[in-house]
Amino acid sequence: MSDNSLWQLITVRFKEYTREPEALFWSFGFPILLAIGLGIAFRAKPADVVHVAVANTGPRGKPLADAIRRDSGLAVELLSLDSAATALRTGRVALVVSPGAVDGVEYQYDDTRPDARTARLMVNDAVQRGAGRGDVLPIAEQHVRERGSRYIDFVVPGLLGMTIMGGGIWGLGYSIVDQRRKNLLKRLVATPMSRAEYLASYVISRLVMLTIEVVVLLGFSVALFGVPMRGSWLSIAAVIVVSALAFGGFGLLIASRSKTIEGVSGLMNLSMLPMWVLSGVFFSSENFPRAVQPFIKALPLTATNDALRANMLRGEALVTLWPQLAVLATWMIVCFAIALKIFRWR
Amino acid sequence: MSAAPSSNPSPALFVQDLRKFYGDVRAVDGLNLSVASGECFGLLGPNGAGKTTTIEICEGLLAPDSGRVELLGLAWQHHDRELRQRLGIQLQETQLGEKLTVEETVRLFRSFYARGRTVSDVIGLVQLEEKRTGRVGKLSGGQKQRLALACAIVGDPDLLFLDEPTTGLDPQSRRQLWDLITDFKALGRTIMLTTHYMDEAEILCDRVAIVDHGKVIALGTPLELIGSLGAEHVIEFSLAPDSAPIDGPTLRSIDGVRTARTLAGGYELQVSALHRTVPALLSLLAQRQLELAHLTTHSATLEDVFVSLTGRQLRNE
Repeated sequence: MSDNSLWQLITVRFKEYTREPEALFWSFGFPILLAIGLGIAFRAKPADVVHVAVANTGPRGKPLADAIRRDSGLAVELLSLDSAATALRTGRVALVVSPGAVDGVEYQYDDTRPDARTARLMVNDAVQRGAGRGDVLPIAEQHVRERGSRYIDFVVPGLLGMTIMGGGIWGLGYSIVDQRRKNLLKRLVATPMSRAEYLASYVISRLVMLTIEVVVLLGFSVALFGVPMRGSWLSIAAVIVVSALAFGGFGLLIASRSKTIEGVSGLMNLSMLPMWVLSGVFFSSENFPRAVQPFIKALPLTATNDALRANMLRGEALVTLWPQLAVLATWMIVCFAIALKIFRWR
Repeated sequence: MSAAPSSNPSPALFVQDLRKFYGDVRAVDGLNLSVASGECFGLLGPNGAGKTTTIEICEGLLAPDSGRVELLGLAWQHHDRELRQRLGIQLQETQLGEKLTVEETVRLFRSFYARGRTVSDVIGLVQLEEKRTGRVGKLSGGQKQRLALACAIVGDPDLLFLDEPTTGLDPQSRRQLWDLITDFKALGRTIMLTTHYMDEAEILCDRVAIVDHGKVIALGTPLELIGSLGAEHVIEFSLAPDSAPIDGPTLRSIDGVRTARTLAGGYELQVSALHRTVPALLSLLAQRQLELAHLTTHSATLEDVFVSLTGRQLRNE
């Protein structure tokens, strides 16, 4: 076994990788730190209290403030007219209530701000109730806080997609160009080494590393944040492998000609940056205009993220993910074909 | 597949009318070579003479524009796989993986060859036993070069290519490497090396081809080439500043002088008999009341052969 050249190439890959502490951090530490940070920032917390002010312009101010205070979702301050105006302008309060001289109230708020409109509805309800209005129909409430709809549930599949992309592009691209730059690639080609085995050693070691990365990231997310894993393990594994091969081909293509680290880094950033922004890692790619959606959907990271979310959050079966898998397979085949054709072996 | 017979009388390396141009630059321009089996052959020339291009074409790493290359009776076009198994190659500049140990590196290279030496054998041969578990990145320049040699001979090659094997090394490391190459030669294997060090070629090579502008301009054993100068010694001297110059014919008329040339800031004479020429030169200078600033003599070397052939110094790095 130990004399086999493919085995040797793969073990050398691993040794070089594990002896590079920075590389280990970027593939394991970074996504976890990111998940922790985002998890803390967007953790589930009680609904925000809405701050409003009542302008203390006459005897009606105090009773109005008391009436509004009965809604626990509202924090009320009794302020002078000037202070109330300043508080509204600086955003400290979402709405200012001014009592009329005899009866009635006036609301001042920014009608383009969702929280201000919420404040308007809540304050008005409290004011009208205080004045004696009751419910016409009986109501019942049920609070639903579903796992899978939180931000952390959205972002973990995105981080996973980003890890697969980064691993494929950096893992192959960087080290191949590094070997070319050091003349090591040329030296290896001068031996009877099989070129297919050389490339296979990269792909295989990449897949093994990725398995570890995926298990660490997902295990962590499930254990700490309770991120749901509703799809089957087999289908998510299939999505990850196809995606890893697509990005592996992508990395190989990027690395196929470059002789300098600077050159290949530029190409990598050029290709990864648009996907970080467009492919729905941190926010939904649906936010972009409809006209560019077909382009965004054709990006490999979009396909990966969509397929991962469909599997993890909605538990969709593999067959329903065929459009994403087709996109990834196309990238894989096209990238590998071009890369192998133009690859510079020296 | 027609395997080459073992008792092949054909040369280990045969190169005919080789050409390789890069745009206007004629890196290799009609080069011919024939290296016999068991021979250590040197390509000698200044930087940019076309040595590396030539050796890389022979190694099958570059395609020539035209010309024929045969190694061990085989051609790259038809016997790529077999040739790769039978050649050992050391490139001019290779940085082996710094994170790996010496042993891991040799084991990796060993795995590519169907047969060859054992890993510990080769590490012993290049005297890196103490560094066996040391990282490649921590090796000295000479140790790295010995490791590169180990990787080149681990497949027990019939033909070994060494491109500038000692460039940039300190004198002790160079000598150590020469000993290793001499040991390998003693096994009866063929070696082709390039160098721009004259002493290296004189010590290691059975025959030398002097290359300039992509062509072989002289070929022979080091002794033959030096002998072709017809002069065994070289005198270099310079005069005190503001001295009147001495013309060539005057210098050539001195007893025992074969050739005389003016170099930057002085003169160089190739002479056959030092003991007759030096007194004659001194009396000429005394007679003309010229003052010597500097005078040295050395035995003629390949360096002098190159200067005499091209009018240029070889090592103008």
